[in-house]
Amino acid sequence: MSLSAAEVNKIAWLARLAIDDDKVEAYARDLSQILDFVEQLGSADTSQVAPMAHPLDEAQRLRPDAVTEADQRALFQSQAPLVEAGLYLVPKVIE
Amino acid sequence: MHHKTIAELAAGLERKEFSSVELTQACLERIERLDASLNCFITITAETALAQARAADLRIAQGDAAPLTGIPIAQKDIFCTRGVRTSCGSRMLDNFISPYDACVVERFNAAGAVMLGKLNMDEFAMGSSNETSFYGAVRNPWNTSTVPGGSSGGSAAAVAARLTPGATGTDTGGSIRQPAAFCGITGIKPTYGRISRWGMIAFASSLDQAGPMARTAEDCAIMLQAMAGFDERDSTCVDRPVPDYRAALGNSLEGLRIGLPKEFFGEGLDPAIAGLIQDAVDEYKQLGATVKDVSLPHMHLSAPAYYVVAPAECSSNLARFDGVRFGHRCENPADLADLYTRSRGEGFGAEVKRRILIGTYALSAGYYDAYYLKAQKIRRLISEDFRRAFEEVDVIMGPTSPSVAFEFGAKSADPIAMYLSDIYTIAVNLAGLPGMSIPVGFSNGLPVGMQIIGGYFSEDRLLNVAHRYQQATDWHTRAPAGLAD
Repeated sequence: MSLSAAEVNKIAWLARLAIDDDKVEAYARDLSQILDFVEQLGSADTSQVAPMAHPLDEAQRLRPDAVTEADQRALFQSQAPLVEAGLYLVPKVIE
Repeated sequence: MHHKTIAELAAGLERKEFSSVELTQACLERIERLDASLNCFITITAETALAQARAADLRIAQGDAAPLTGIPIAQKDIFCTRGVRTSCGSRMLDNFISPYDACVVERFNAAGAVMLGKLNMDEFAMGSSNETSFYGAVRNPWNTSTVPGGSSGGSAAAVAARLTPGATGTDTGGSIRQPAAFCGITGIKPTYGRISRWGMIAFASSLDQAGPMARTAEDCAIMLQAMAGFDERDSTCVDRPVPDYRAALGNSLEGLRIGLPKEFFGEGLDPAIAGLIQDAVDEYKQLGATVKDVSLPHMHLSAPAYYVVAPAECSSNLARFDGVRFGHRCENPADLADLYTRSRGEGFGAEVKRRILIGTYALSAGYYDAYYLKAQKIRRLISEDFRRAFEEVDVIMGPTSPSVAFEFGAKSADPIAMYLSDIYTIAVNLAGLPGMSIPVGFSNGLPVGMQIIGGYFSEDRLLNVAHRYQQATDWHTRAPAGLAD
């Protein structure tokens, strides 16, 4: 499997991840190597095998649909890069 | 004082031979003197540590001490610590002061332990050499031109250099066991779900597991006792009673059945390491154990499966770092997409980006079945291999790593070569089993670790098996030259 620079740029866009233009080729090379490495998975017949999400096959535990946490907005927003009136500020999305 | 184990220090505190404040000051002075050359710590919390030590001394005086009360430990910087920077080794979180404590940190605090600071690590726990940290590489105290292993390299090096008697680590593909082996200490990765992951920054959620790192199995037992147990805030945490790990250390090894998988002793293993593992197995025979050859036929697929599952889950987990609510934000973003992409591009290092890209590709439309689903099925095959082996034996033994600690830069240009340094540890995470590493000798002056793997929730047995070996040998007592004083 060989990834092109254009494919790496497309994946980077899907991941919302800026990568420097001069490093795209190196990422393409590394990613192609890694994909070649994982191609080995095809050597095992898994047609009758159930995928394993939790080693103990435990089901996801649910809790009652009730509010359990106090409002800590001010505490959490003290970490934010930019806030105003209790809102997180980001660049304008709609013109 | 720094040569004493946690068990010895707890006994000393109880007998009032020294106070927790004296002990904490001794550790802090040693960190100040030695850490500049090792780079184990990202953040040192001296004032908090001394306040905790004073509170511990009061608790001891009142006769209310737990086994860890007054004992200094250090936390891998992947655990959230209230009011203290929690960076996860990344520029992305360089400015992040956690507003809450991780469950593991809460439990150490409740036990009265003293936190010396936050330990260096590979960025977001992605690495096998501790060369990907934003804060620079950690140096192996046995030879500072070699790596300490990753990603809990700061934890392993700090314990080996006697900067702290114990430290926390996390293990997604071997990140407790491999650095423990490279630095000549003892570390255990418990069964998946044994310890809460709440407040532990997620890398690959179906693999991540916290665990203790210390000089001896007995110390790991003391730390694990404080860390383990159900926590309803982590929906993958298993609700099961926690045994008395320290009490289990007295069990005999007579009749213990040891399995040696042929896949652990093939091509690629340093012959000197193979010889030392055989010596250790021979020691176990002296202690009453029997040995049997077993096979793990899908072992060769563990690394390829891991490098699908871990990046896929990391690409999802790290999506939360978007520059909006916390962490690094780029300057003057043109629009929202620019804010996301540039903040993430500037905040993450090369290895993290590589894994996010692979994970995004593996999960993208048309590739999910071929990569992620396939890898999850391979996990089942690997888990079944172990299940069959454990029908015949009680524990499996083998090397922790195919080589001793390597030189800085030796593998950093070749991701596959780096990934293969965890070749013997990864399968354990995919199956969710407990595994530990103990020192069993030296090759070229560098420590060699042996891995001991057990069935689900057999941490008590693993700790006992390791403890009995450590009672009969002295590899775990050796200290790096120059740091012994």
